[in-house]
Amino acid sequence: MIKNITLPLDDGSLKELRAGDRVHLSGTVYTARDAAHQRMFEAIQKGEDLPFDIKGQVIYYVGPTPAKPGQVIGSAGPTTSSRMDKYTPKLLEMGLKGMIGKGYRSEEVKKAIVEHQAVYFAAVGGSAALISKAIKEVEIIAYEDLGTEAIRKMRIENFPVIVIHDIYGGDQYQDGIRQFQEAD
Amino acid sequence: MRVIRYEDIVEKVAELCQEANFELGEDVMNAFHQALRTEKSETGKEVLTQLIENAEIAAAEYMPMCQDTGTAVFIVEIGQECFIEGGSLTDAINEGVRKGYQEGYLRNSMVKDPLGRENTGDNTPAIIHIDYTEGDALTLHMTAKGGGAENMSGLKMLRPSDGVEGIKEYILDIVKVAGPNACPPLVVGVGIGGNFERCAFLAKKSLFRPIGERHPDKQVAEFEEELMEEINRLGIGPQGMGGSTTALDVKIEVEPCHIASLPVAVNLNCHASRHKQAVL
Repeated sequence: MIKNITLPLDDGSLKELRAGDRVHLSGTVYTARDAAHQRMFEAIQKGEDLPFDIKGQVIYYVGPTPAKPGQVIGSAGPTTSSRMDKYTPKLLEMGLKGMIGKGYRSEEVKKAIVEHQAVYFAAVGGSAALISKAIKEVEIIAYEDLGTEAIRKMRIENFPVIVIHDIYGGDQYQDGIRQFQEAD
Repeated sequence: MRVIRYEDIVEKVAELCQEANFELGEDVMNAFHQALRTEKSETGKEVLTQLIENAEIAAAEYMPMCQDTGTAVFIVEIGQECFIEGGSLTDAINEGVRKGYQEGYLRNSMVKDPLGRENTGDNTPAIIHIDYTEGDALTLHMTAKGGGAENMSGLKMLRPSDGVEGIKEYILDIVKVAGPNACPPLVVGVGIGGNFERCAFLAKKSLFRPIGERHPDKQVAEFEEELMEEINRLGIGPQGMGGSTTALDVKIEVEPCHIASLPVAVNLNCHASRHKQAVL
């Protein structure tokens, strides 16, 4: 069964989502990966405003390929989330409610997800052509000089993800692997 | 002496870069379908189904299957009776990468210096390994190697006394630590022997062999199969969500080494195992 969830996430949706759920997301997300995170983090340290109000929002870790003429965006699958771990607890503390990426998170991030009642979704890595079909509008809103790493505001529709970490401390990677591990 | 024109190499390289990124090889597609039949996890099956659909969209629409269109890596076999007219082989390959990535709307993923992190803007330089061979043919083997799986790869100088068990333990450990990060189902490339840098090259080279093709040496082939079985018992599954398909294949290359050494390198490849070849 697939759950349909509208973004930004409200409390009801956050309570409903459980690790392992297959979800279709629709609404607004912001993109940011390595370089954009570093810049946002520097801005925070200097006491400057972020390029968008992060409160309640969802960040998608992606660096898309260039759009061909007539395309909204090129291929746009998730990148490895752990490279953003260093910056994530601070962003969660500031009100970030969701992240879309792929792969393990650090213990600090997992703790911060529960503490600040947020959720971590994984999209299927390497499924970038298919995922691009769920992206309907794209606008670069900051750090344009970073090219593929610029911050983009996206409108998505039925964007396929799986819940990895929920507000209750659920962990789909841990549970899934444990379930299928064959003992020696 | 046979003359090969610089421009012909540029064109061929540009083509390879695009083909590799748009058209997933038949070997990988077959492996997806095979895995779909045997995968035990429903989520795993769903992931595999999405990957098959993704590859179909990419091929039909000339779109990159993954947004990480990779570092362009080449293993080139050049016959010593070849003469390249109009420029160097290295320049021709880099110009081909520049052209292929730009015209194919592929992502530029290379930075000028590892600490400054400024993008080179054209996905060069390519990583190029050149082998001199007999004859007058020029063979280009190309892979678009993604960063996610590359980051989870590793090399260890084992002691000869660690033996086969030590090698196995190290390989399984690399796959376990990588978990979802390397985008399983994986192709696990292993180099055993050589020296420090040669061993890493062997692991990379092994990834160019098509999925399903076993090493010609029976003993090595059996080790590939044994590792494949053990890796698939780890439970990591497609995208690390749990399941019985963690690796689509394991490839091993072996070479002589020093009496004191047992180098082992593990080069992980994501399921987008993009390798193409052309002969000029």
